[in-house]
Amino acid sequence: MDVVFYLSGAVAIVSTLMVITRSNAVHALLYLIVSLFAVALIFFALGAPFAAALEVIIYAGAIMVLFIFVIMMLNLGIQTQTQEREWLNPKAWIGPAILSAALVCELIYALTLHKGAVFAAVEVTPKAVGIALFGPYLLGVELASLLLLAGLVGTYHLGRRDERSAAREGDAP
Amino acid sequence: MLSVIEPIVVCVGVLVALLALAAGLVWLERRLLGLWQDRYGPNRVGPFGLLQVLADMIKMLTKEDWIPPFADKPIFVIAPAVIVFTVLMSFAVIPFTPHIQVVDLNIGLLFVLAMSSLGVYSVALGGWASNNKYALLGGLRAAAQMLSYEVFMGLSLMGVVMLAGSFSLRAIVEAQQGLWFCVPQFPGLVIFFVAGLAEARRIPFDLPEAETELVAGYHTEYSGMKFGMFFVGEYLGIVLVSALTTVLFFGGWLGPVLPPLVWFFLKTFFFICLFILIRGTFPRLRYDQLLAFGWKVMLPLALLNLVVTGGIVLAKS
Repeated sequence: MDVVFYLSGAVAIVSTLMVITRSNAVHALLYLIVSLFAVALIFFALGAPFAAALEVIIYAGAIMVLFIFVIMMLNLGIQTQTQEREWLNPKAWIGPAILSAALVCELIYALTLHKGAVFAAVEVTPKAVGIALFGPYLLGVELASLLLLAGLVGTYHLGRRDERSAAREGDAP
Repeated sequence: MLSVIEPIVVCVGVLVALLALAAGLVWLERRLLGLWQDRYGPNRVGPFGLLQVLADMIKMLTKEDWIPPFADKPIFVIAPAVIVFTVLMSFAVIPFTPHIQVVDLNIGLLFVLAMSSLGVYSVALGGWASNNKYALLGGLRAAAQMLSYEVFMGLSLMGVVMLAGSFSLRAIVEAQQGLWFCVPQFPGLVIFFVAGLAEARRIPFDLPEAETELVAGYHTEYSGMKFGMFFVGEYLGIVLVSALTTVLFFGGWLGPVLPPLVWFFLKTFFFICLFILIRGTFPRLRYDQLLAFGWKVMLPLALLNLVVTGGIVLAKS
């Protein structure tokens, strides 16, 4: 599992770099999906197959499909691609590169301090995840569901059919 | 030594059997449709027209494999492979008999759902990469349809998971020793089968490739073996949904007298024939009807089924 962990970690980093540097939106999204797969594999290697499956189903299988859907609808042409390329000129890289380098240094320092076991010896089964979610973390789950409900109601409100304007346009059923 | 060879034999055996089955299904579908529509199907090449499969394959492989100059080449090439890959991967967790199974994951069912949700990319990206209006429309339809039907496909199966107490497909089959889940989970079965039809993009849910409106939908620009991959993917999808129905609701390999593999095959074969019969029977839905039906009828039904099953399981324990 050591090899799987480091290999998928490397894939995740490389593909995420590709996400940032692609000028074609769909290509960038595809690299993001690959990066999500790599993260799912990392979860799997660490003994959390349930989290890995959810990562693929929810992030790669649902949220990213919606992103792709929107990009397909917009049908961005060559114009936006050249525009993106202009934004990605070398000057724009200097600031973020310095900041990220500082973060990398911190990370390496932190890693050298803690030389503990990286891999969990136990496998987290779906049942264990459920018990944890609806036991000690019940409040968090409920709060998240409230947030989602608010989002749902908001979307419904924004997308509702306005009776008056529909009648004015003359397309009322 | 045997422990090394056995998994490889199982993998290769499953792969070969599936691909042969997918090719044979084309012939079966045309013959059965012919039978039900009171005409002959293909009956000229070989005994009962069986060699038609071979003739079709030779035609498909020798056709010009053309990539349109205006297409997005890498994605255009990857898209058809994705669907075949995801469907074949799903078969890895299906238990054919107590001994023939590639891998028994404790998240088996979630693995299948994950793979089926990734299948969307194939049709959506294929439609987008073709850079053709009809293909794009087909791809958009496919993405919207598969995304919305996936939601309650997963929900309809949670009743089965509750009754079996596990996501592992082997444990689900073993939990059906006394009673097949098609009895206590009948609503779940119906919802799953309808969602399965939509996921496999079959009539009455074949709007992504509605030839009367969209030429051929997302695979308009595809030819040769790239089109063949979409084709094989669709037929493998039918086999997958039939096999899943068998495993989840009809006791998988369980059955008297006959050996387990035969039982599994017979049950799966029945559902494949049902798929073909449905294709020969129903007209195509309108697109807004399809989405409204999914969100307004199937989703509430799946939720209701979930609540009732949960209540009964709680009351019993």
